[in-house]
Parts: sequence; C-alpha cells; structure tokens
Amino acid sequence: MRVALAVASLARHRTRTALAVAGIAVASAMLLDMVMLSSGMRLSFRELLDTRGYQVRLSPKGTLPFDTEATVGDAAALVAAARAQPGVAVVAPNLGAQLVAPRGDGAVTVAALGVEAGVQGDYALREGRDAAAGELVASPAALAALGRRVGDTVSLGTGWDPQLRAFRELAPRRIVGVGRFYFLGADQPVVAMPLADLQATADGARRDRISSAMVRLAPGAEPAAVARALAAALPRVSVLTTADAVAQADERVAYFRNLAFILGSVSLAVGFLLVTTLMTVSVNERIGEIAVQRALGVQARRIVQQVVAEGLALSVAGGLLGLGLGLVTARYLDAILGDFPGLPPDIAFFVFQPRDAGTAMGLLVVAGTLAGILPSWRAARLPIAATLREEAVA
Amino acid sequence: MTPPGTLMLEAVEIHRDYAMAGDAVHALRGLSLAVHEGDYVAIVGPSGCGKSTLLSLLGALDRPTRGAVRHRGRDVARLDDRAATDFRLRSVGFVFQRFHLLPMLTAAENVALPMAEAGVPPRERRARAAELLAYVGLGARTAHRPTQLSGGEQQRVAIARALANRPALVLADEPTGELDARTGTEIIQLFDRLNRDGTTLVVVTHDEELARAARRVVHMKDGAIVRDERLRD
Ligand SMILES: Nc1ncnc2c1ncn2[C@@H]1O[C@H](COP(=O)(O)OP(=O)(O)OP(=O)(O)O)[C@@H](O)[C@H]1O
Ligand SMILES: [Mg+2]
Repeated sequence: MRVALAVASLARHRTRTALAVAGIAVASAMLLDMVMLSSGMRLSFRELLDTRGYQVRLSPKGTLPFDTEATVGDAAALVAAARAQPGVAVVAPNLGAQLVAPRGDGAVTVAALGVEAGVQGDYALREGRDAAAGELVASPAALAALGRRVGDTVSLGTGWDPQLRAFRELAPRRIVGVGRFYFLGADQPVVAMPLADLQATADGARRDRISSAMVRLAPGAEPAAVARALAAALPRVSVLTTADAVAQADERVAYFRNLAFILGSVSLAVGFLLVTTLMTVSVNERIGEIAVQRALGVQARRIVQQVVAEGLALSVAGGLLGLGLGLVTARYLDAILGDFPGLPPDIAFFVFQPRDAGTAMGLLVVAGTLAGILPSWRAARLPIAATLREEAVA
Repeated sequence: MTPPGTLMLEAVEIHRDYAMAGDAVHALRGLSLAVHEGDYVAIVGPSGCGKSTLLSLLGALDRPTRGAVRHRGRDVARLDDRAATDFRLRSVGFVFQRFHLLPMLTAAENVALPMAEAGVPPRERRARAAELLAYVGLGARTAHRPTQLSGGEQQRVAIARALANRPALVLADEPTGELDARTGTEIIQLFDRLNRDGTTLVVVTHDEELARAARRVVHMKDGAIVRDERLRD
C-alpha cells in the first residue's frame, strides 16, 4: 500500500517526474564521467606502461621520462650491466632522434627510434617485418607524410645545411613494415630502425648513446627490489618502476583529478537540489493529503518513509539512465580529448570500471535519500488540525 | 436503543488560544464536556464559536493550551505524537466536511488505508473494506476513484473509512455541509444506523435536521457551552 501510494504520486505528474528523472540522469552522467576521469588517466597510463610487460625504465639521470632529447653514453656497457642484474629478463634500449626527408621543395621531419628489434617495446608490427640494417618500420602517419608505401625506399638525413643547400647525411632506407607506436601520438610521423643505424647518424655524436631502456623482469622478481639493485649498479641512470612512473604522471594529471572532483561535486549537488526541489513541490501540493493521512492515524515516520522512498526512486531511475548516458558521453569526450596533439593513442581519459558505476550510484543514492529527508520531515511535522483547516479554506 | 452508559470522553476545562500577530484568539475558554458510551451528540453554534476546534481536541488532532481531554480515563492531550497517532488510528474515526479521500486510491483502497496502517493482513483488509462499503450502500463502487463518485457517495466512502478499525467513537465535522438536502438525509440515516449499532458519535453541524437526529444537542457560543439539551435517551 505504501509502495502503491509512492508510485501513484509519482505517476500523477508523469511529465514532471520524467523531466526530473532526465535532469537527475544528466547530473549522474556527469558524475559518472567525472568519477571515470578521476581514475581513468592513471589507469590507462598504467596499462600503457604495462602493455609490453616492461616494469622498469632506465633514463639518463636528471631527466623526465619520455624526454627524447637527453641521452646517456657508454650504452653498450650500461645495457650489458643491466642485463647482468639478477631478476632482469630483458633490456630493451632505445634512442630517439629527429630525421628529415626531402619532399617536394621542402622537407618532412619524422621522429626516429633506434631499437633492438627482438626486444623492443615501442611498437607493434602491423604489417611487413621488423627492420634490419638499412631498413625502417614506419607509422601510418610517417608513410602519409613521406608519401611512401611498404617496399618503397626513402632517403632520410639528419638535417638541412643552408650553406651547402643540401641535406646532411642523406641516406636511402627501405621501408619494410608498418608499426603502431605506443608512446607517440597517432598523428605523429615516426620510423623505427636498428639502434646501431640511428647511433651511426649525426657524425658520430650518437655513437654508443641511448635515450632510455625498458627492463622486463624475470617471473617472480619484485620490481621495487630489482629497481633498487639497478639503481645501485647503474649510477648514471635513474631507475623508475611502472608504479613510480604512474605516481609521477599522477602528479602531472592532478589537474584533471581536481577538475573531476569539482565538477563531480557540482553534479552531485545539482542532483541533490533537483530531488529536494521536486520533493518539496510534491509535498507542498499534497500537504492536505498528508494531513488527512496523519489524522487517520498514519505515523509521521511512515510519511517520512513515503517521501524518502519517492526521492530515492527518482534518484535510482535517474541514476540508471545516467549510467548509460554517462558511458556514451564519456566515449565522446574521450574522442575529443584524445585528439589532443602528441598524445599516445592508447591514453584514455575516461576509463570505465564497474567500481566507478558503483561509486556514482552510491553517491547518488545517498544524495537522493538526504534530498528527501528535509521535505519529508517538514511533511511529518505539520500541524494536522491547522493544515486541514487551511485545506478546507483553499 | 442502548441508553448512554459509562463515561467515554471528557473535556475538562479546556482552553485553546491561537497566537496571532497582536493578541491571541481564544477559541475555547475553559470548556468542559462529558460524552458517554453509545451517545450521539450534536454540537451546534454560530460560525467561529469553536466547534471545529473542540472536535480537533477531542480527536487528538490538536492539543489544548490548557485543560485535559480524557478518553476512557487517559489524557490524550498529553500523549506524544506517536501515541496520539495510534489513538486516532484505533480509537477514533474522523469524517470531514470535504470528505478528504485520497484521490489516487480507489474507494476500497481508501477504506483499507487505516487498516494497512494498523497492520491488518491484506486479505482481511480487502474483505472488510468490501463489507464496510456494502454497509454504507456502495457495494458496487469499490473500484471507483473519488473523482468518479458523487459528493454523497464520497462521504459514504469516508464514513466507511472512519469505521475501518472498528473505533467506538466517530467524530464528524459538518458531514452534510457539502451535500444537498436529500443526500444529506441519506448520511443522517447512516449515522442513525451507526449509532444504533453501538458507535458513539460527536457531530459538529449547522444542519438542523442532523442536529434533531442526535440524542443530545450541545449549543456553543464564544468558545463555551451555553446550552446542553437531551432530546432522547
Ligand atoms: N489555526 C488557527 N489559527 C488562528 N485562529 C484559528 C485557527 N483555527 C481556528 N481559529 C479561530 O478560532 C475560532 C474558532 O474557530 P473554529 O473553526 O473552531 O470555529 P467553528 O465554530 O468551527 O466555525 P465554523 O462554524 O465556521 O466552522 C475562530 O475565531 C477562528 O478564526
Ligand atoms: Mg468549523
């Protein structure tokens, strides 16, 4: 009978109830998106780092991760020393540089990665094969920029010499594969080649140098312990575990988390106020009916239950709708933010976890319940005789 | 006809002041009234003399500023909200001038509402609601909503609702006030039957016919009783 009453009273104003549910759905969609945003970047960054199973990164001391300018010398010895450490299974060194290719009247700049094909963790082959000496694996963006296809040859130099009006060190290289590069923007032209090939460019300035190395651990090895041992053994590099890197990246995306927290709180407040407003209006127009029920012997707490249940029903209905809406808008927002230049293709801002839906729903249920309490309390406290009298006058 | 028996309800020196901006309104000024089991009391008097206020106090819808309202020896004016609500639920039936049925419930559901609150199981409530609606002559209208019923029919549903939890006392405030003479007469006959079946009635009215049907007529003026006449035992 109580349920029938709550349902009947919501059904009495179908349009209003529908509008309120829609409003709550929008607020809860926003809330869900913000909950997803607050943890999504961290999660997807961690996934990105974990993609190829490399748990530790070595980079030149005093540089930030992914800084492609800085390099460290005596690389062969460094890599050998790292490989000799207990608990280390694979060390994948790489060198980053910029190369130029003539194109029409001008030049195209491409990012170049020197890697050891067998152990590299920078790209996945999409087509063709890995590059041997004198060969390249290119990203689709690089193929487009260079105007080449797999099997074509392209001449790459280290720069343009304005005095000689010529490209420096222009050398032909054959494109033998297409790769998807994890850590670079999808729109960025990038080629991978054997580490030795890239080290041989720039008139020997890159000889035996690397930008960083990724380390995969032996099964059962503890990342933090191996990282400590590596740091002790290799004083010239900083050693960073995935967890450290995520923590570092976390500091940099704190901005997003704060934004998500503020916008999420605003959404929650909007949802709360919507329910409160609706329940206040609903209680006000039923004040006479409530007074009659109280006169007939319905306990105040029943009235509270009834009004709170209505607010809760609205919140849950709006919340469930908002869940769907939130997932759709998250995908859309992710597409917009993902187009940000230079962002790795696998970085997502909004990552859905069932826990997020739980969090958003939980917050909403709490807010919906609280929102019903104030109006219901007013309804339960009303002076019965005076209210009935006012109703008779109205 | 059962002659009035033991004391059921008693107002002792009750005052009800309404605090207004400026000076207070003294709606009841030290009024005392005793109602016995099985009696049928009509309360009459000019508009504003405090009849509705008195009825609200007798039924614990409101509290007196001073004085006691004793129901079978218990001062219901001193009960907390929960106990007062329970008193209204089980011991009193209310009938209002404007019927006050819940519009989204059917006739049967309106009658069943106080039973649901009292914890009567659904089967039993349905059966008793049908029985009560038959008693007031609406056996065929159980599934109708208030908007589908005439004023007289709505008032009969309201009377059936007042009887839901078998109260010994029914309080009615101008039960025929919104009805035409003929429909009013039907309600008066229903009250007659109710009283003959043992229910104690206190009815506030402007309706001469209704007042004449009572066993006792209490005349009020300015918040006090000015005449108390017994028409029949
Ligand atoms: N809630 C209230 N606030 C202020 N004054 C009130 C309130 N209720 C009643 N009164 C006043 O108390 C007095 C008695 O009112 P009451 O309703 O009891 O009269 P009544 O005899 O029932 O009148 P009527 O026959 O018109 O229904 C009136 O002067 C009225 O204005
Ligand atoms: Mg009155």
